[in-house]
Amino acid sequence: MTAVAQRVTPARVVLSEWTKLRTLRSTVYALLAAVAFLIGFAILVPSVVTAHWPPQDPRDALTFDPVGVSLVGGFFAQLAIGVLGVLIMTGEYATGMIRATLAAVPHRLPVLWAKALVYGITSLVLSAIAAVIAFFIGQAILSSKHIETTWGSPHVARAVFGSALYLAGVGLLGLGLGALLRNTAGAISTLFGLLFVVPVVVHFLPSSWSDAISKYLPSNAGQVITNARFADSNSLGPWSGLGVFFLYALVALVLASVSLLRRDA
Amino acid sequence: MIEAHGLTKRYGSKVAVDDLSFVVRPGIVTGFLGPNGAGKSTTMRMILGLDRPSDGSVTVNGKAYREHSAPLSEVGALLEARAVHTGRSARNHLLVLAQTAGIPKSRVDELIEVVGLTDVSRKRVKSFSLGMGQRLGIATALLGDPSTLVLDEPVNGLDPEGIRWIRELLKERAAGGRTVLVSSHLMSEMAQTAEHLLVVGKGRLIADVGVQEFIASAGRNLVRVRTTDPAALTALLTKAGATVTPVDGALSVAGMSTDDIGVAAARAGLTLLELASQAASLEQAFMELTQDSLEYTGTAA
Repeated sequence: MTAVAQRVTPARVVLSEWTKLRTLRSTVYALLAAVAFLIGFAILVPSVVTAHWPPQDPRDALTFDPVGVSLVGGFFAQLAIGVLGVLIMTGEYATGMIRATLAAVPHRLPVLWAKALVYGITSLVLSAIAAVIAFFIGQAILSSKHIETTWGSPHVARAVFGSALYLAGVGLLGLGLGALLRNTAGAISTLFGLLFVVPVVVHFLPSSWSDAISKYLPSNAGQVITNARFADSNSLGPWSGLGVFFLYALVALVLASVSLLRRDA
Repeated sequence: MIEAHGLTKRYGSKVAVDDLSFVVRPGIVTGFLGPNGAGKSTTMRMILGLDRPSDGSVTVNGKAYREHSAPLSEVGALLEARAVHTGRSARNHLLVLAQTAGIPKSRVDELIEVVGLTDVSRKRVKSFSLGMGQRLGIATALLGDPSTLVLDEPVNGLDPEGIRWIRELLKERAAGGRTVLVSSHLMSEMAQTAEHLLVVGKGRLIADVGVQEFIASAGRNLVRVRTTDPAALTALLTKAGATVTPVDGALSVAGMSTDDIGVAAARAGLTLLELASQAASLEQAFMELTQDSLEYTGTAA
């Protein structure tokens, strides 16, 4: 008799995690929401801007950022992608599915890293497609006032794809925190606390401190690349900033790996 | 074959499983019996490598569960708390687990039919009744056609027809030379399914016996007798070697048959008002057994 069940391989675990991702309504909705935010705001914000162009203060016209205006939805997309990253792991703990998962893959780590791979690529690809569409829709609307930019302009492609990379990083950070904390509410609060609250708190520190720390905070480091125009003198470079941001996600995933191996399921 | 050696699990100062050693053999259904909170589920989670023992070890077919490269062909498990993402359909739930081991979709569809979930296989598990959830759990356990089954309270929530189906399934698997470990807190259920029993109470192994043997020792026949002269009858039967205890207006006699008691009473000229044999129920024997263990650990602590 040939065995029905064969060896567990990384490729099989990846396939299983891909099936898990696409067979839950909540994940499909969250990903659609992220895409809708990116594209929806690329219609809304440029429309409002062109309706009120030129601005009352001429200096606003000088600092106008046509790329940023078309990618505003990224702010909201990160909420959807971050929450989904958390849920991919905590959903298994909340329902007990994790026990079936870990009984099938008793080495455990392939599960976490397959989730990271599958979700990282899925969120990156979807965000990249949505960001490119958002960019072109935004520029098309802005062109009515001739304030658009082109794909070939300096740093434009970097900002558009950088936004997608940032979003994928938020998803991975959420996944790592979800795996580490095993609790949906706790992991979501921690994720958004790190991204949104910590920068505000640091801002209120003495300026010598805040200047030294601020640029290394996850959202500050990761968002440099999403900006095509204005390099803040006190910020990391776009790629090194993204590197620092992904380092946060990596640390969360490594800590989660240790916890996954040590703690009872 | 499952072998546990000194298996122990502590949560802080609380000992959930206390130095359990046992062997679960292939070819028979082994019942894992104990009251709620006796450590059955914790032991099963340790067998599956989900919980790490504080001490001791447990192996399946000679290796720790996690050492097996194709774990689903070694052990199929049904765990007490449902281990299913309720947002997924039954079929997709089985599919995601099947894919980790390269089990084909045809096997998933076959099992859905075997457990009788064909009509609802594409519905989300959220909408399932307890019984349907149990059937899905059984399908999950059978997925890799494993040589060992570990089922935690499989009959929970099933209708009589479902309970009969599980019993037949377990006996069939065992008869095919596989290892089957089934937990329950109901002795009567085990008496109908299992051939061998591991009885636990408060995390300790109380008995490791064949079911027939357990029933024989538990079912020591008692005889209830009522007479006009209890004192004289007690003296007579005690002299004949029986143990006599007064029970609300009657006597409970152990160690003598109704025939012997009747004949002895007649010869002594005693009037009997009632004479009836009473088999102690298995449930009662089980309660006494685990009760003893509770008292024992209580005084030892």
